[in-house]
Amino acid sequence: MWRYLIPVGIFAILIAFFFAGLGRDKETLPSPLIGRPAPEFTLPRLEDPTELVSSKDFAGRKYLVNVWGPWCAACYDEHPALLEIARRKVLPIVGLTVPQGALADQQGKPLPLEDVLEEMQRGLRWISELGNPYDVTVFDQMWTTAIDFGVYGAPETFLIDEEGVVVHKHVGPIDLTVWERDFMPKINASRSAGG
Amino acid sequence: MIAELGHFALILAFCLTLPQAVFGLAGAAYRKPHWMSVARGAVAGQFVFAALAFACLSYAFYVNDFSVLYVAQNSNSALPTFYRFAAVWGAHEGSLLLWLLVQAMWTIAVAAFSRNMPHTITSRVLGVLGVISAGFALFILTTSNPFERLWPPAPDGRDLNPLLQDPALALHPPMLYIGYVGMSVPFAFAVAAMLEGKLDSLWARWVRPWTTVAWLFLTLGIALGSWWAYYELGWGGWWFWDPVENASFMPWLIGTALIHSLAVTEKRGLFKSWTLLLSIAAFSLSLLGTFLVRSGIIESVHAFASDPSRGLFILVFLGLCIGIALGLYAWRAPLFRSQAGFAPISRESFLLLNNVLLVAATGLILIGTLYPMFLDALGLAKISVGPPYFTIAFLIPMLPLVLMLAPGMHASWKRASFGRTKRLLIVLLGIATVLGTAIPVAAYGWRSVLSTIGIVVALWIAFSSLIEPLGRLRKGHSLSASVLGMSVAHFGLALFILGATVVESYEREVDLSLAPGQSAEHAGFVFTMHALREVEGPNYRAIEAEIRITREGEQVAVVYPQKRVYRVQQNPMTEAGIDGRWNRDLFVAMGEPLGDGAWSLRLQYKPMVRFIWWGAFIMAVGGLIAACDRRYRQPVAREVVSPAAATDASTA
Repeated sequence: MWRYLIPVGIFAILIAFFFAGLGRDKETLPSPLIGRPAPEFTLPRLEDPTELVSSKDFAGRKYLVNVWGPWCAACYDEHPALLEIARRKVLPIVGLTVPQGALADQQGKPLPLEDVLEEMQRGLRWISELGNPYDVTVFDQMWTTAIDFGVYGAPETFLIDEEGVVVHKHVGPIDLTVWERDFMPKINASRSAGG
Repeated sequence: MIAELGHFALILAFCLTLPQAVFGLAGAAYRKPHWMSVARGAVAGQFVFAALAFACLSYAFYVNDFSVLYVAQNSNSALPTFYRFAAVWGAHEGSLLLWLLVQAMWTIAVAAFSRNMPHTITSRVLGVLGVISAGFALFILTTSNPFERLWPPAPDGRDLNPLLQDPALALHPPMLYIGYVGMSVPFAFAVAAMLEGKLDSLWARWVRPWTTVAWLFLTLGIALGSWWAYYELGWGGWWFWDPVENASFMPWLIGTALIHSLAVTEKRGLFKSWTLLLSIAAFSLSLLGTFLVRSGIIESVHAFASDPSRGLFILVFLGLCIGIALGLYAWRAPLFRSQAGFAPISRESFLLLNNVLLVAATGLILIGTLYPMFLDALGLAKISVGPPYFTIAFLIPMLPLVLMLAPGMHASWKRASFGRTKRLLIVLLGIATVLGTAIPVAAYGWRSVLSTIGIVVALWIAFSSLIEPLGRLRKGHSLSASVLGMSVAHFGLALFILGATVVESYEREVDLSLAPGQSAEHAGFVFTMHALREVEGPNYRAIEAEIRITREGEQVAVVYPQKRVYRVQQNPMTEAGIDGRWNRDLFVAMGEPLGDGAWSLRLQYKPMVRFIWWGAFIMAVGGLIAACDRRYRQPVAREVVSPAAATDASTA
């Protein structure tokens, strides 16, 4: 009686699909930015908002952009690894600090300066308490640069090469395994290729 | 030390699942009574050690032992004591330990209450349950050890996910797990019957109370989850067709079908292979739900942190358990073909239709849940399937199901001649139509044909579920617990349909901004923000609004919605302010601060929304009553049940 085999057949197909689905890692979905020029930015420094930092300051160098915020629990997990990476002095790390949601009212207008400064203070407290892995930290009040980078959560980390091209993107906390496995080969490769 | 003790107890529990599985199955196969009694002993030991492991983990939470990684990740010294215990199952590792404990409880209950079953059946059931326990224990030990140490110990814990710090949600996982895991009992009985090659109405009578109890806990678990989502997520919805919700709803639907199909198998000896298939499917869907939630294969707001190696383990386990069971089904089901027939209009055919429609609804939900994953696996688009699909896909099979419920309840076996009941049903339908059309239109206005149908059908089911109990009481006849339970459960379903239809048709919501001193009118009520203040909780800070609600100048209620920020995890949470009456809820949730003391607020008027959860609760009560029927507790081993004797009992 073949019809009694129907359930087991359907089940086998389901399992096959689950197996295929399991292999897909949602975190390594390629970013459309990979291989393209990184978005340019000019943003105030977290420590001193009167001073502006531009992506042009890094032209001709490889650097890392780490998107983080003092509200983000996963960033807290990531922090020790970032400190270790900074200690190794492989390349400059730019901390792109984002608040939890753009600091704007419902019409999209920026909030008053005091609120913004208070948010920036939180970021500074974090760095002074936990240690500062960043060579420079900028504050992206309205998430404009973060959105240009296609960020949908923190932390995310981008590796940008000498030509200003995004070479690698990592979603979620970095640890040293990820760093050695995914970032270092690309840093070394573009170093030798470049020169 | 306590953590190591717990780990050791867990290892021992795993070790005892092996003799339970091996001797249970082999003892029955080779008819060795000694082997079979080894399985029974192993069950007791396994229960003791699973309980000990669970107690050790609870103790580690109670004393804030942050040298245990899992405790450090999911608790905090400021966490209130009640939530420290709830935090035990607040994340992946502990909830699996809860699963194992619940599995051990079901197993020991089966061992204790199966004295009047043939030894080989009991032994096989315990053996199959042993295989399942072994799989879960091995899963915990290899991929998700809750007793892992953290060195150096954390100074304080990272706190329980604030979403879970709520009484309803603290109880929701245990209820749901008792239901999920309980579905392993009919599964084990099905496998045992297929191994035995024998399936009679006695078998169905053994399985029915277990299935009903598992089903009632599943009902309670789902209702609690829905109730929690309603007031805690801040959107005021009660069902979101989220993959994780679907994962619990599908076993419930199949469990409902199984309860009905078991009735036919017990009373008429029909639908045997169908009952077997449903028993397997109910547990498969429970396991599938676990797989979906744990593996991260489907994205969901409730999904636990995903881990592919865990997903792989569950997938292999699922494949083995269910694959073998379905293989066995393909081999053995032809043995169970039924001879008896039934007329096109009879209780059998109503129940058959009930099963077909419930299974169709489950299939449509399964497709909607898995479709995005299929497309992704085939390399096509990434999409998500939303509530509109589910609502329509669910209503199409459900509408005929509820329409035929009232006559179906009163159809007799073999050939239905409704007799006097026929006229009564028609009269009740007439009354339901008049009331169901007039009252809502008078109270809330005309909405749509579909909502009127929903209300009329709900009333019809509610009235006609009372026919049998009231009729028997009036004549002084005794009323069996089975019949009473069925009537109560159907009455609960009617309340649920009524609540769901009314709230979906007539709810009114508005988003607006209010500052202290301002007021707004909505649905005939005036909402005034009287004050805004800061509140300190044990482990959170909150902004609380005091909203006074008046109607025609008279104060109706004062509600205190909050926006909380939990100190450790820094997540903002919404605590809605709800004024609940039996016939309506007023629901106020705080949105975002808009500057100058103004906040965006969501005001909702939800008529009869509580009927949804009361209905579910009454359904569960009905299940409890039915499971207590004396018939299930009688020593049945020597009773001869001939097909003829079974047919003249017209109870469900």
